[in-house]
Amino acid sequence: MNTLIAITGLGIFCLLFEILNLRKAIVPITILGLLGVLALNFSEFGSTESYYNNMITVSKFSTAFSSLFIILTIFLVALSHNFYENHPTKISDFVAIKVFLLAGGVAMVSFGNLAMFFLGIEILSIALYVLAASERLNLKSNEAGMKYFLMGSFASGIILFGICLIYGAMGSFDVVEISESSLSAELPIWFPIGMVLMVIGMLFKVAAVPFHFWAPDVYEGSPALTTALMSTLAKVVAIATLYKLISVLNLIPSLENQDLLPTFENIVVIISIASMTVGNIMALRQVNVKRMLAFSGISHAGFMLMTLLTIATSAGVLLYYTAAYALAGIAAFSVILYVCKNQDNEDITNFHGLGKTNPLLAAILTGSLLSMAGIPIFSGFFAKLFLFNQTIQSGYIALVIVAVINSIISVGYYFKLILAMYSKEPNQERTGKPFLIYAVAIVSIVLNIVLGLFPSLVLDLLK
Amino acid sequence: MNVSLILIILLIGAFVTYFVGDKLASKVALFFSLAALGCSVVLLNHFCAGENISVINAWITQPKISFALNADGLAIAMLLLTVALTPIIIFSSFGNEYKNAKGFYALILFMAFAMTGTFLAADGLLYYIFWELALIPIYFIALIWGNGDAEERRKAVIKFFIYTLAGSLFMLVAFIYLYQKAGSFLIDDLYKVNLSANEQLWIFLAFFLAYAIKIPIIPFHTWQANVYQKAPTVGTMLLSGIMLKMGLYSVIRWQLPIAPLAAKEYMNIFIALGIAGVIYGSIVALRQKDLKKLLAYSSLAHVGLIAAGTYTLTVDGLRGAVLQMIAHGFVVVGLFYAAEIIYRRFQTRNISEMGGIRTQSPKFTSMFLILVLASVALPSTFNFVGEFTVLYSLSQINIWFAVLGGTTIILGAYYMLKMFQGVMLGETNSKTFADVSVNEGISLVVIIAVLIFFGFYPKPITDLITPSLETILSVINKN
Repeated sequence: MNTLIAITGLGIFCLLFEILNLRKAIVPITILGLLGVLALNFSEFGSTESYYNNMITVSKFSTAFSSLFIILTIFLVALSHNFYENHPTKISDFVAIKVFLLAGGVAMVSFGNLAMFFLGIEILSIALYVLAASERLNLKSNEAGMKYFLMGSFASGIILFGICLIYGAMGSFDVVEISESSLSAELPIWFPIGMVLMVIGMLFKVAAVPFHFWAPDVYEGSPALTTALMSTLAKVVAIATLYKLISVLNLIPSLENQDLLPTFENIVVIISIASMTVGNIMALRQVNVKRMLAFSGISHAGFMLMTLLTIATSAGVLLYYTAAYALAGIAAFSVILYVCKNQDNEDITNFHGLGKTNPLLAAILTGSLLSMAGIPIFSGFFAKLFLFNQTIQSGYIALVIVAVINSIISVGYYFKLILAMYSKEPNQERTGKPFLIYAVAIVSIVLNIVLGLFPSLVLDLLK
Repeated sequence: MNVSLILIILLIGAFVTYFVGDKLASKVALFFSLAALGCSVVLLNHFCAGENISVINAWITQPKISFALNADGLAIAMLLLTVALTPIIIFSSFGNEYKNAKGFYALILFMAFAMTGTFLAADGLLYYIFWELALIPIYFIALIWGNGDAEERRKAVIKFFIYTLAGSLFMLVAFIYLYQKAGSFLIDDLYKVNLSANEQLWIFLAFFLAYAIKIPIIPFHTWQANVYQKAPTVGTMLLSGIMLKMGLYSVIRWQLPIAPLAAKEYMNIFIALGIAGVIYGSIVALRQKDLKKLLAYSSLAHVGLIAAGTYTLTVDGLRGAVLQMIAHGFVVVGLFYAAEIIYRRFQTRNISEMGGIRTQSPKFTSMFLILVLASVALPSTFNFVGEFTVLYSLSQINIWFAVLGGTTIILGAYYMLKMFQGVMLGETNSKTFADVSVNEGISLVVIIAVLIFFGFYPKPITDLITPSLETILSVINKN
């Protein structure tokens, strides 16, 4: 709870800096503030408490994921410094919006009441709409913002409708009350319908097939830093929230009571397979790196959805997978930001010969792509390993085999980028070594490798 | 003192090589590879004195994965093969100039590190990690420092990478499945798992896919010739000399003991696939015009025979296979090196553009001849010992296997001697061919010495590997 208050306070401070004319200091101070929030959040770890009539519930799950969100936000704020160099007057707005977005994310994983859950979603989404359209004079950015806003508010509407139906069935917004009464034998039909609507809305936010159509266009049109944010932080928040929603509302046992569990599991399996396959196959054909990573994100969403099949035990695995995926994504995007800084697009040709002109960044991008492809010693490999292990344990061996085949396909497009960096001739000169971009890239890839060498650090957090 | 020392030396060596810069990189790499060789010999002494040089440490608690390295005779033999060939391979590259040499030599050492780990690992997942790690450096070595048209090279290496990764991911699934049954990835626990015949078949096939691509066994060989041709000679040596032995070794270490029922049931099919490789490889080699490609196909033929030997599930078959793995490792490195020496002088790999070398450089010609003869398993060379033992074990299964497998010697003699004729003999070439330099001579002489010494006296190696092979066979025959 203190975390959430602190984050909101920090966001307001960011806005005040603008008035006090402290623009230059805004990035370092926000990073320091977020580090403080991180420490605060750690101190809450292990305690389980609820605040304000059960509006917010702090649990191990929420603190662990909040820590991940805060770390990702620190990286994203650090990258802002160079990204908004040309718009010095707006940097405080952008940083503040990112901090508010984090507040929304934290609220989403620590809700104890569906009203709070919806508030969290809206705070996060509105921040994202603004960021997507933040390049005011760029037509594509405007298009992305508009598209995202229309589609996103539609999904929010569906979620809201679902919440209303659940309220109609249960007579409460409180998660504990709903989960208690959801175990009773006699349930009005509104409850499962409401749940389905909420899950659909969340799948939209996660960008799982068949609710993924917005993702490639929005990712491509948005400014690169916003794309980085969407594909790492926003995606992780959404999948964690979906997981929490299903587990705290006791959806699995209540479905079991009504013999609907096999149907639910089949649907999860189908969505998971469809997301991986469609994401991967579409990614193979992309020449724009941001668009490619959007499709790769869709396929990773398919992998992460596999945790819903083993919901009782897989919280640790989900945390590990999201951490591995997001850290690799941050490392990759910091290199993309550097390479495509003065380009008008993010096509793969920009990366030609990066291995010669800038071996360090090329190595980092290679590492992050290898991690996403699931090559050991990067944590992406262990994430897939633990996920497969968990899934085979509960008997879904066919699903795992499909996932394996998808991993092989994904090598095709990840390596396209690696090939471009190492086997083509450089076509442009790049000067300058922006410290913050280098620092973010190095720290995130190092964290990724450390997670790979010592997976138990994260994996055992949610035992 | 235990075997993790070798891994540490090679890994540190890789980093140090990268950081000393381009000028010193090759020498530093050579130094570290020799240090690894020296330590391995010391460890061998410790092992022979009956000391325990294995390691087992807990690594990840849930799922239970340990950092376990097991050094029995078989693993040590493969370790010695790796650390003996690595300095030779590094030394052989001294005549060439490489752009970004620090990266090149660091990758070689890193690859040696991963391959050593693969041979030593006694935990399924640790083994898998090393197995995959070995793939990354060779990918970059072939891609960045390879030769030929860049576009074709890209295609060849990406095909290689996706192929091998595809195979090994199915092996990963098999390992996870086994973990559910055994509750641990440790090899001893995996040996004890009781699996139904059906489960064994699927696991056997998943392993087979990984190994058949790596070795390669027909029909999974299509990546091989192109990659061997496009990779720099150092990469080709690493691939053919050591890396494909990872596949053969893994058949003996992992596939057969874990799924023995399937291995027995379908033995004939897999032996037949191996022998089909022998015949196919030999026939295709006959028609090659490119020296490196010819050697690639001859390698395909030889490993086909080795694979057939492993699938016989007899002590002789396994022993012959291991001996032949080591012998083939040395001879193929020697042959590719000879091809590289010719390339340095003639700038071509096309056999028809060579010839007339004998009159100009008698020393090189005689060394090359010895290597050619060793490769066709002339008695008194190491290869003869291995190949003959394998053929003997095949004859025990079915005489026709031995007859068909024996064509490797006949066809091998034919295409290798024809190649020798084309490359070395004939009219004196208009281009001059300087005889081997001291550096080149040292590598070749070391290889030839090993081949001939063990050809006459293979006992140290057989003594080293036989006990562990017998242990593995007793696991295979436990029911």
